[in-house]
Amino acid sequence: MVAQNIFFYVIAAGMVGAAVAVVTTRNVVHAALYLIAVFAGVAAQFIILAAEFVAVTQVLIYIGAIMVLMLFGIMLTRARIGRDVDMTNDHWWIGVGTAVLLAAVMGYALIDRWGDDALPAERQVNAVGGSNTATVSDSIFSQYLIPFEIVSVLLLAALVGAIVIARKDR
Amino acid sequence: MDDLMLNQFLLLGAILFCIGVYGVIARKNTVMVLMSIELILNAVNINLLTFGAANGDVAGAVFALFVIAVAAAEVGVGLAMVLIIYRNRASVDLDDVDSMRG
Repeated sequence: MVAQNIFFYVIAAGMVGAAVAVVTTRNVVHAALYLIAVFAGVAAQFIILAAEFVAVTQVLIYIGAIMVLMLFGIMLTRARIGRDVDMTNDHWWIGVGTAVLLAAVMGYALIDRWGDDALPAERQVNAVGGSNTATVSDSIFSQYLIPFEIVSVLLLAALVGAIVIARKDR
Repeated sequence: MDDLMLNQFLLLGAILFCIGVYGVIARKNTVMVLMSIELILNAVNINLLTFGAANGDVAGAVFALFVIAVAAAEVGVGLAMVLIIYRNRASVDLDDVDSMRG
């Protein structure tokens, strides 16, 4: 348990630092690379939470697919590669105020409600095959079948929509 | 300090969420705003899985997978829109997209 705590705090510190770098760096490509670090940290936290399938999906979809799309977007919009002079707008202090206020309210609410609740030590759900992955697959294809199908249709619609929006011959 | 606490994951999610909100408000480049939205969605996923682990239920993991799928769809459509804005205005600066201003 102590080892898990050490891992949590080391990874969490890296994630918060990388996330701050994502929203403050002046270089668009560096921001994308810092975002990959945040995603990898999130996947590691998922493994600590015994959600190994979601962690693998996080690596495949976020680091593998979404970040490639982001880098393509940076490349195709010809954002100046390298230091960009003016990446934050003039009212950035509104963002600071909103973020600090939000953090204060949420932190107070979380500490007030779940002050010293511990996670259960055994986090594998043993309902179906003895692992969380088996249980997740079982419940996706039984209890959550309709939301799963809706997400499939949504992905298809987004695919068609993205092609229609971005095509040139109109 | 022995057990993993519920709150350490929830506070990590809250901090990531706030950093993402700051990025959405303060960034000028549209692609950077999309990246900040990805930060927010990841914070939500941490919360979902934490509550799932706390309750011994896989519903959190299932809905985290749905959030990941919707995030992929959102990035695809969002980048297509950024591309068409760039093609029409030769800029991805959010301050330049002000045709709704009276």
